[in-house]
Amino acid sequence: MELDGVMLSRMLTTMTLMFHVIFATIGVGVPVMISFAEFLGIKRNDHHYLVLARRWTRGYTITVAVGVVTGTIIGLQLSLLWPSFMEVGGKVIALPLFMETFAFFFEAIFLGIYLYTWDRFKNKWTHWLLTLPILLGSTASAFFITTVNAFMNTPRGFEIQNGETINVDPVAAMLNPAMPSKVFHVVASSYMTSAAILAAIAAFAILKGRRGHYQQKALRLTAACTFVFSLLTAFAGDVSAKFLADAQPEKLAAAEWHFETEKGADLVYFGTVNEDGEVENALRFPKLLSFLAGGSFDTEVIGLNDIPEDERPPLWIHYMFDTMVTIGMYVMAVTLLFVLMDRAKRRNALSKPLLLGILAAGPLSMIAIEAGWVLAETGRQPWIMRGYLKVAEAATTNDSIAMVFILFALLYLVLGIMTAVILIKMFKNSPAELEIEKRYPNRE
Amino acid sequence: MNYELIGITVLWTFLYGYIIVASIDFGAGFFAYYAKIKKKDHIINDLISRYLSPVWEITNVFFVFFFVGIVGFFPAAAYYYGTALLLPGSVALILIGVRGSFYAFNNYGSRNSTFYLFLYGAAGLLIPASLSTVLTISEGGFLKEIDGNVIFLAKELLTSPYSWSVVFLSIVSVLFISASFLTFYADRAENNWARKTLRQFALFWSMPTIVASLLAFISLQMHNPEHYSKAVTEYWWMFGLSLLCFGAASWFIYIGKRYGAAFIMVMLQFFFAFFGYGASHLPYILYPYISFRENVTSDAMAAALVVVFILGLCLLIPSLVLVMRLFLFDTDYVKGKKK
Repeated sequence: MELDGVMLSRMLTTMTLMFHVIFATIGVGVPVMISFAEFLGIKRNDHHYLVLARRWTRGYTITVAVGVVTGTIIGLQLSLLWPSFMEVGGKVIALPLFMETFAFFFEAIFLGIYLYTWDRFKNKWTHWLLTLPILLGSTASAFFITTVNAFMNTPRGFEIQNGETINVDPVAAMLNPAMPSKVFHVVASSYMTSAAILAAIAAFAILKGRRGHYQQKALRLTAACTFVFSLLTAFAGDVSAKFLADAQPEKLAAAEWHFETEKGADLVYFGTVNEDGEVENALRFPKLLSFLAGGSFDTEVIGLNDIPEDERPPLWIHYMFDTMVTIGMYVMAVTLLFVLMDRAKRRNALSKPLLLGILAAGPLSMIAIEAGWVLAETGRQPWIMRGYLKVAEAATTNDSIAMVFILFALLYLVLGIMTAVILIKMFKNSPAELEIEKRYPNRE
Repeated sequence: MNYELIGITVLWTFLYGYIIVASIDFGAGFFAYYAKIKKKDHIINDLISRYLSPVWEITNVFFVFFFVGIVGFFPAAAYYYGTALLLPGSVALILIGVRGSFYAFNNYGSRNSTFYLFLYGAAGLLIPASLSTVLTISEGGFLKEIDGNVIFLAKELLTSPYSWSVVFLSIVSVLFISASFLTFYADRAENNWARKTLRQFALFWSMPTIVASLLAFISLQMHNPEHYSKAVTEYWWMFGLSLLCFGAASWFIYIGKRYGAAFIMVMLQFFFAFFGYGASHLPYILYPYISFRENVTSDAMAAALVVVFILGLCLLIPSLVLVMRLFLFDTDYVKGKKK
């Protein structure tokens, strides 16, 4: 591997995106949970949920701030690192980029209002109503940005003639074939991961011995939501797999280590490839890949050997796929178990092993998000715009990139540590019990 | 339809909006730090944070909006600037990153730390300085195209008197705009101590603004005579109006009355200067490579962007009005009686 401009540009983009996606995911999912909590609090006249919404919002502001910063960075960095791509992309796919700024603008305005108006309205529902534009804005942001990413996978809405981009149709570019499944998967998994992280925090508090009603209500709400969202995510993943089999077979084949085009294809789980290109040490599920790709065990799935050699994604993305799916299944199982135990009155849902299991689900979900994005981006290689422009042709020709990489690495390191320290300090200095007592001195 | 003119006007208006709101924000950071080391922070920092807390993210969006708009309307400009600005652009980004997140850490997280405030205040002056170099580069002479590769001539930029005069102008403008707005805000809050301090800041930074503008003009004449002669022959009246507005603003602040009108005059001062500058800069977006007529995007994309822009405004303007009513014109909030 040579550290040339292309490689460094890729590394810097990877680093920025992997850092940004943590905050972007939380940014999309947590408003939903805040909205639920405040809704329950007002509806049931239960101050525990209101305090929950307040505390989540306070943590959320910090992650949003970092998300705004890293979002601004990636927005500009795309032009700085991939100027040729942005020149072509700008001609065809600028519309959703433009819309995303509006969506974010909208969200930022209402988040500002929401934060500073907790006690300003006579009718409590007025304040809750403010969560809707926030939620709408953040999910719309995810929608528009994912649209751009989908376009990179299945570019539409233009023709290239003698090097000129003609017949541009911005709407067709936006509504490209990869868009629906991708948006669905991104939004569902963001909701799931955010709920899982909040569940992990609640489980952590209970493990630490703070077993009050407040913590238990938090855990019940978040675990149930995680389970529901994980079902949605799994469904979205299934839709995505069927889409890939149809429109981007090389990505699916590389992710699944499927080499020969055949009917009744097996699903390969982990394993290794030997020197002769054969899969070893893997768990095989007969015909399952065909089923996942087309809904029947006889579906023909295109194998990697039918793809030109210089257009094959790297094989290691298989591990990303397996990591993502395994974690998804785990999170679904552990939250289902909790919900069932909690329903059955005689079972102890707050047993230590189960709480530890939920605690692990939070960070694991974020790892699954990262694995999923690495899979999605590397699975598109060697293309930056599939079929039109290769990554290697799009990178910047500027040679100060190595220094820029180091500067950003330092920035993310500092931001990452600071965010963690501030969040921990913020909640350690003001435990939930104290806050409940301060705000609602006359209640149980 | 004349999309390129609509496009550039929309983008320029947004950049103008960014310059005003971001200047208030950047300058406020500097004043907050200054007040802290002078032990006057209890007088004005509360006021500053009451204004900044709900709006700082909005400020950032103005900026993102501008460059996304450039990519949309003038993709070729994205290519040239993108290649050339890797280093200065990244430095500005890192500063924005440090500033934005430290603001949040300080404000929502821990208690006031002088170190955060220092970083915050210093970054607030360095960001306009580094962003202003983009305008300098747009005058030409700092980029070279060799075999299709765009090369940024950093040494020329760092040794150019024009470049430094623009940096100087950007910093003093930030402080002047910010001080005149905060004086108005303190006046509304009926916070006499803060108003007194901030009024002094405003008066202090008024003269340097004009001196810096003159310097920028003189050095522009040396650097890009074509642009300079267009500015003084065709658009001299814009700069004249700008000067008149400056005079009126300074007068209002000096006599200590009508701070609202004073701030509007400051906004108009920069409006005329900024649009006079922009209009005389045309047809070039990047002299002499990118002109706004030749490098505009396709009609289909431009039309779509304009439609989205209008729809977006229908959504945003009412929301912004709501923010202003809740935080800027709600006297109880401004005075700190409401949380």
